Amino acid sequence: MAGKRITRRDFVATTAAASAAVIAAPHVATAQAAGKLSIGFWDHWVPGANAITEQLTKEWAAKEKVDIQIDFIPSQGNKNLLTIAAEAQAKAGHDILAFPTWTPAENAKLLEPVDDIMAPLIAQNGEVNDTVKYLARSDNKWIAVPATVGSQIKGPCTRADLLKQHAGIDIKAMYPAGGPPKADGWTTDAFLKAAEACHKAGVPFGIGLGTTSDSVDTAGAFAHAFGARLVDDKGKITVKSDEVRQWLDYYKRLTAFLPADVPAWDDASNNKWIVSGRGTMIMNPPSAWAVAVRDAPQIADQLWTHGFPAGPKGRYAPFLPYFWGIWNFSKNKSAAKSLLVHLSQASSAEKMVEGSKGYDIPAFSKLTTFKTWAETGPPKGTLYHYPNPHNHQVLSIAAAPAPPKIAVQIYTQGVMTKMVARHFQGESMDKTLAWAESEVEGFMRG
Amino acid sequence: MADAAISRKRSPAIPVKKSGFRNWLGRKSTIAFFMALPLIVLISVLVIYPGLYAIHLAMLNKTMERFVGFSNFTFLFKRETFWMVVQQSCIFAITAVVFKALIGFIVAHFVHNIPDKGQRKWRGMLLVPWVIPPAMSCLAWLWLFDPSYSAFNWIFAKFGIGPIPWTGDAAWARFSVILVNIWIGAPFFMIMYLAALKSVPDQLYEAAEIDGANWWQRIWYVTLPMMRNIIAITTLFSLIVTFANFDIVRVLTAGGPIDKTHVFATWAFRVGIEGGDIPLGASVSLFMVPILTVAAIFILRDISKRGNES
Repeated sequence: MAGKRITRRDFVATTAAASAAVIAAPHVATAQAAGKLSIGFWDHWVPGANAITEQLTKEWAAKEKVDIQIDFIPSQGNKNLLTIAAEAQAKAGHDILAFPTWTPAENAKLLEPVDDIMAPLIAQNGEVNDTVKYLARSDNKWIAVPATVGSQIKGPCTRADLLKQHAGIDIKAMYPAGGPPKADGWTTDAFLKAAEACHKAGVPFGIGLGTTSDSVDTAGAFAHAFGARLVDDKGKITVKSDEVRQWLDYYKRLTAFLPADVPAWDDASNNKWIVSGRGTMIMNPPSAWAVAVRDAPQIADQLWTHGFPAGPKGRYAPFLPYFWGIWNFSKNKSAAKSLLVHLSQASSAEKMVEGSKGYDIPAFSKLTTFKTWAETGPPKGTLYHYPNPHNHQVLSIAAAPAPPKIAVQIYTQGVMTKMVARHFQGESMDKTLAWAESEVEGFMRG
Repeated sequence: MADAAISRKRSPAIPVKKSGFRNWLGRKSTIAFFMALPLIVLISVLVIYPGLYAIHLAMLNKTMERFVGFSNFTFLFKRETFWMVVQQSCIFAITAVVFKALIGFIVAHFVHNIPDKGQRKWRGMLLVPWVIPPAMSCLAWLWLFDPSYSAFNWIFAKFGIGPIPWTGDAAWARFSVILVNIWIGAPFFMIMYLAALKSVPDQLYEAAEIDGANWWQRIWYVTLPMMRNIIAITTLFSLIVTFANFDIVRVLTAGGPIDKTHVFATWAFRVGIEGGDIPLGASVSLFMVPILTVAAIFILRDISKRGNES
């Protein structure tokens, strides 16, 4: 403290000299010359899956000399939805976020168009399905890139032994590992008979009627199979159509063969149902199977993931894609696009599929035949048909083709499952349809 | 240094004239204001700003691009589900608060009559439901009420009862969420009433006994009048918290089955965050404000009236 005292004159002189030196210095490229990028990925529930995404991102960052910050945002408690809503309000936050199903459409005006990267990606990886186009295009522009991580098909996951024993259906023969499906006889009528047989045998199908996505997705896929739409693509309400009546009547009959408590089921209930050995079938991605492999291997040995039954208007399976979107307030859009291209390469997608033990599905048509699905077991080949490798069924989403801003309300409010629950609990069909029409009318406000 | 400053004498020739600003700084009210300032800032940032922002959001259209005034509110008034939520919120809050108050009152009396030595132990144990974070205790209740694997049903099955659809049937689901709210909230009433009971002078009871008052009359004419203010305040506080409840319903039923257990907060979340209609969600959550304001005005007016009378 006894050093030389700095006078005001000394201070001004030193500061001026330092400033001059900084201004005059040549620009030196640092290790992070391409700037910073902040990414909010979805926090995968398969252990180890996040590490693959992180590794791929870091590889890219090192090559491109970008300073990155990665956050994994969980969907438990809708933390990811809250983050999206908060960042959209604040117009600040991450550069790239993982957007679940409906959220790109909800935030279309705040998302950077990505036509410039989607066109080459489609040329390289194959076409994407109509559900992806429906959810990620706005005003004829791509507003998000379909993400491998988190995207899933919620097909039937069946106890092959119980279905064969009680309903006489050999599902492994219908959906052989390594070959195309031979499932012409797998129809909604056959499904209903099988549900009845398994119910009588005390091992009913476990299909929820709550308002969470597993329940809604299944109801939606059956609705598509009957051609039932609550709202058409122009936004016209079509609740009181013959197709909706047929679907509702069918689902009411199906509900009679389901466990009595299905109106209270959430997305965990069906998983528990199959893992506990109490049921023959659920509609779920392979997470339930993965839990069974860990906790109940004797049940996992019998599980087989396969396609949906075909209805009068076709065979539809629920596809729930995740997207990667770039906020239009991002300060490093070019780097963000470069990263998304890197993550969408076939080699990256294959690593992600492997890291998620087959759970994740790329939306591009050429990326549905990775060896993970063919080889994963037990039993070997149980996931072969999970990514729809033979385009055997139309990948759909409940409430489509209603304009997404209406459809998201139909979906999140669980209007379809509530219709079934109301009708099943004794409400007349006309009254149920009138209620649904009134609900949907409420979603039309601009 | 302070002493030195004080001991310094001023020349009597120079008149001492404190500036207005110094006077203002020296006032008790100014000091009080500055001491309360951190809290005022905190409340402004965490309560007033979000409140005003919610009002702003509630007056925008669905895409948040246009000012629509009260359209969202008038729209809600026409929705069947909204009125069902209003009805359910009232049933949920009023039933839960009445039972919490009743149970709290009874248990407070029991605890009050326990000798001082063992009372602390009982007080601690009875406070446990209130102290555990609700999200955690609700998860435990969820397992007890699980649709397929309910522990209660497992026990009842031993006696040939059930299974009871705890969360699968509308009436049972309402019962379940109210029961858990009472379980969590009753200890708060108990501890408040216990504190109030301890402040009632023993002489009043002795005098009542001399006058021949029985047990019920002592409660009615001594205990209750002495506890009126604390009962009113506790009821108001609990009514506000119960009306605004989110976690219990969200964890146990998520508003189901068929929306029959939704309350304002859970429905606002469903519509606003999950459904992507933030303005409508904000309108739903703001609807609680007038209801609670009316309740608060009546209860606080009553308290202040009694305060003036005494």
